[in-house]
Amino acid sequence: MNNSVSSTFRVVGAGLRALLVLTLVCGVIYPLVVTGVAQAAFHDKANGSEVKADGRSVGSERLGQRYDLDKKGKDGNPLPDPKFFQPRASAAGANTENTQYKIVVSGASNLAADSKVLLTSVEQRRADVAAFNGVSPSSVPVDALTASASGLDPDISPEYARLQAERVAKANGLPAAAVRKLVEDHTDGRVLGFMGNERVNVLKLNIALRELAKS
Amino acid sequence: MSPVLSGVLQLTALVAALALVYRPLGDYMARVYSSEKHLRVEKWIYRSIGADPDAEMRWPAYLRGVLAFSFVGVLFLYLLQRIQGILPDSVSLGFTAISPDQAFNTAASFVANTNWQSYSGEQAMGHAVQTLGLAVQNFVSAAVGIAVAVALVRGFARSRTGELGNFWADLVRGTVRVLIPISVVGALVLVACGAIQNFAGIHEIGRLTGGTQQVNGGAVASQEVIKELGTNGGGYFNANSSHPFENPNAFTNLFEIFLILVIPFALTRTFGKLVGNVKQGYAILATMGVIWLGFTALMMWTEFAGHGAALEAAGGAMEGKEQRFGVGASAIFGVATTLTSTGAVDSFHSSFTGFGGGITLLGMMLGEIAPGGVGSGLYGMLVMAIIAVFIAGLMVGRTPEYLGKKIGTREIKLAACYILITPTLVLGFTALSMALSGPPESMLNTAANSVDGSGAHGFSEVLYAFTSGANNNGSAFGGLNANTPWYNTTIGLAMLLGRFLPMVFVLALAGSLAEQKPVPETAGTLRTEKPLFAGLLVGAILIITGLTYFPALALGPMAEGLS
Repeated sequence: MNNSVSSTFRVVGAGLRALLVLTLVCGVIYPLVVTGVAQAAFHDKANGSEVKADGRSVGSERLGQRYDLDKKGKDGNPLPDPKFFQPRASAAGANTENTQYKIVVSGASNLAADSKVLLTSVEQRRADVAAFNGVSPSSVPVDALTASASGLDPDISPEYARLQAERVAKANGLPAAAVRKLVEDHTDGRVLGFMGNERVNVLKLNIALRELAKS
Repeated sequence: MSPVLSGVLQLTALVAALALVYRPLGDYMARVYSSEKHLRVEKWIYRSIGADPDAEMRWPAYLRGVLAFSFVGVLFLYLLQRIQGILPDSVSLGFTAISPDQAFNTAASFVANTNWQSYSGEQAMGHAVQTLGLAVQNFVSAAVGIAVAVALVRGFARSRTGELGNFWADLVRGTVRVLIPISVVGALVLVACGAIQNFAGIHEIGRLTGGTQQVNGGAVASQEVIKELGTNGGGYFNANSSHPFENPNAFTNLFEIFLILVIPFALTRTFGKLVGNVKQGYAILATMGVIWLGFTALMMWTEFAGHGAALEAAGGAMEGKEQRFGVGASAIFGVATTLTSTGAVDSFHSSFTGFGGGITLLGMMLGEIAPGGVGSGLYGMLVMAIIAVFIAGLMVGRTPEYLGKKIGTREIKLAACYILITPTLVLGFTALSMALSGPPESMLNTAANSVDGSGAHGFSEVLYAFTSGANNNGSAFGGLNANTPWYNTTIGLAMLLGRFLPMVFVLALAGSLAEQKPVPETAGTLRTEKPLFAGLLVGAILIITGLTYFPALALGPMAEGLS
C-alpha cells in the first residue's frame, strides 16, 4: 500500500514537472516567437488591419461597424444613415442587450431554422431594407435578411451593395452611375477564383464613397 | 460560378492538399514515434521531468502517466482561472476570477481535448489564462491523444511483450516534433492573411462616422492554428472561427479545415507503417474518407436546399454564416469539425437546416472516427475494426483475427466497453436533464418559439451539448445557456469520463494484444486490407451508431427536418 502511494506521488510529480516545462515551451516561448516574427513581418495585419482615412483611424478592415444617425428610432435603436452603405444584421449580444457591432462582443443568434423569432426578424428586415432603400421587398438578397456568424461581418454581397447604390447616390447628391461604378470597383471576387463568396467590404466602400462625395 | 460548383471545387482542392501531404506527414510521424534518437531540447525536457525516455512501459504504467499528467493539467488550469482576479491587469485584462463551476468545466474541457466553452472568450479570459493555460492544453491534450493511439498501434505491431513504449517520450515528441513546427508555420500563414497576433489589451480605434470603438488584442493566430491542428476547437473569441480576427478570409477558412483533417488522416499512414503493411492503413483511410465525403455531400445538399420556415422566408441558409465563406465553405467546415473532435465553427450549427444540424450531431455520435480527433480518431476506428472483424468472424464461425492478433473474449470485452461509454454518458445525462425541472429552462429555441410548436430544436440543444461533451467535440447548439452549475458540472463530468475511460480500455487492449504471439495468416484469414473489409467497417459503424441513437435523433433533428 505504502509502495503504491509513493509511486502515485512519483508519477504525479513527474506529470507536474512535465506540465510546467511544456507550459514554458508551448505557453511562453512559442507564442512569443510567433508574435515576434508576426510583428516584424506583418505588423499591420498582426495588429488588426487598422484603416486610416484623412489622417485618422476609421476602423479595422476585418471588422464590420455601424453607420448610424444620431437620432434614435421608435424601437430605441439608432437609425441607419442613408448616406452610407449599410452592413448585415448583427445578432452579437442580442440575447441580452442591443450591442450590435460592439466589437468586444462577437456571436450569432443561434436561432433555429424553424424559429418563430427568426421568421419574424427576417420578415421585419425585408420590410425595413425595402422601405429604407425604396426597392421592392422581393429584391432584397439573403445576406441582408440574416444575421452573420461573428456579428462583425465586414462584408455584404454585391447584390446587397447594388441594391443600396441608388439610395446612397441620392442621399449624397451623386450620380447613380458613379456610385454603381464604385460598387463594381470594390467587389472582390472569390479567393483564387473559387473559394468562398463574392463580397464587398463595407468600410472600404464607404471610405471611397466619402472621397467621391467630397471631390 | 454557381455557389454549388464553388463548394465542390473547394472540397476538391481540400482533398488534393490532404492527398499531397498524406505520405510525407504519415511517414514522418512513423519515424518520430519509432526513432531511437532524442533531440537536444527533448533531452533537456526529460531531465526536467526526471523521466527516462527509453524505459519501456506496460499498459498500467502508460495509463498512470496519461492520468497523472492530465490530472495536474486540470488542477493547474482550474487554479489559473481562479486566481485571474489577482493577476496584474496587463495579463488579466482586468477580468475577474472565473466562478468555481465554470472554471472546473473549462479545465476539464481543455484537458479532455474537448474545448467546450460556457464562457465568451473576449469577455472572460485574459492573456495569462489564454496563452499559459488554454493554448498549452491545446498542444498537450492533442499530444496525449496521439500517444495513446501510437501505444495501441504498438500493441498490434509487437508480440510476446506487453511493452507499449514510453508515455513521456511520446508526449514530448508529439509536441516538439509534430505539433509545434506545423503550428509555427501555420500561425504565420494566418497572420499573413489577416489574423491578429499581439499582446495588446482591449483598446480603442476610430470609426468612419466619428467616435471610437473598442477592439480586442491577443495572441490569436498562435492559438488558432493549434486549436485546429490539435482538433481542439476552443475559440479565442466567442464567435470562434467565424470571427474575422481568427479566420480572415475564404483561403484561411479552407486552410483551417485542412489543419483539422491533416493529422487524423495522415495517422492512418503512420499506423500502416508501424504495423508493417501500409495497405492496412489505406483500408482505414478509405473507411474514414468514404464517411467524411458522404457526410459532406449530404451537408451541402441540405444547406443549399435551405429548408426551414425562417430560412425559406430569407431565401437561403445564411443565418449564422459569414458572407466571405458562404454556404458551401461553411458546410465543409461544419462536417470536418464534427467528424473530428474539433468543435471549432465558422458558422453556427444551431441555425443550420434541421437535417444539417442532424448531420453535425450524427457525425459526433459516430464517435468522431472519420477521421476523428488527433489520435482518438485512429484508436476509435481501430476499436470499430475489432468489432467489425468480430461480426465477420461470427458470420463464418471462425475466431476473429486482426493484424495477426487473435480477437478473443478479453479483447472483445474491452472493445465493447469502449463503445458503450459515450452513448451511456450522452443518453443518460440528456435524459436526466430533460426529466429535471431546471435544466430545460436553458433552452433558447423552445416549443413556444418554433413555428410548428414542436420544440424539437430545444431538445436538440440539450442532446447536442452532451453529445459534444462526451465525444470531446466542443461545438454547440449555442442557444442553450450552458453556464449554469448543472450544465457546467454534468458536461464537465461527461467530458472527463468520455475522454479518459475509453483511454483505459484502449491501453488495456493494447497491452493484451502486445502480449500475444502472432497467428500466421491462412487462406481463411479475413483480408482486412481489402475494399470488402472497408465496406464492412463502414456498415458496422453506421449500424451500431444508428441503433444506439436513432430514438434520440428522431425526437430532435429528424422531427425538425421533416416538419
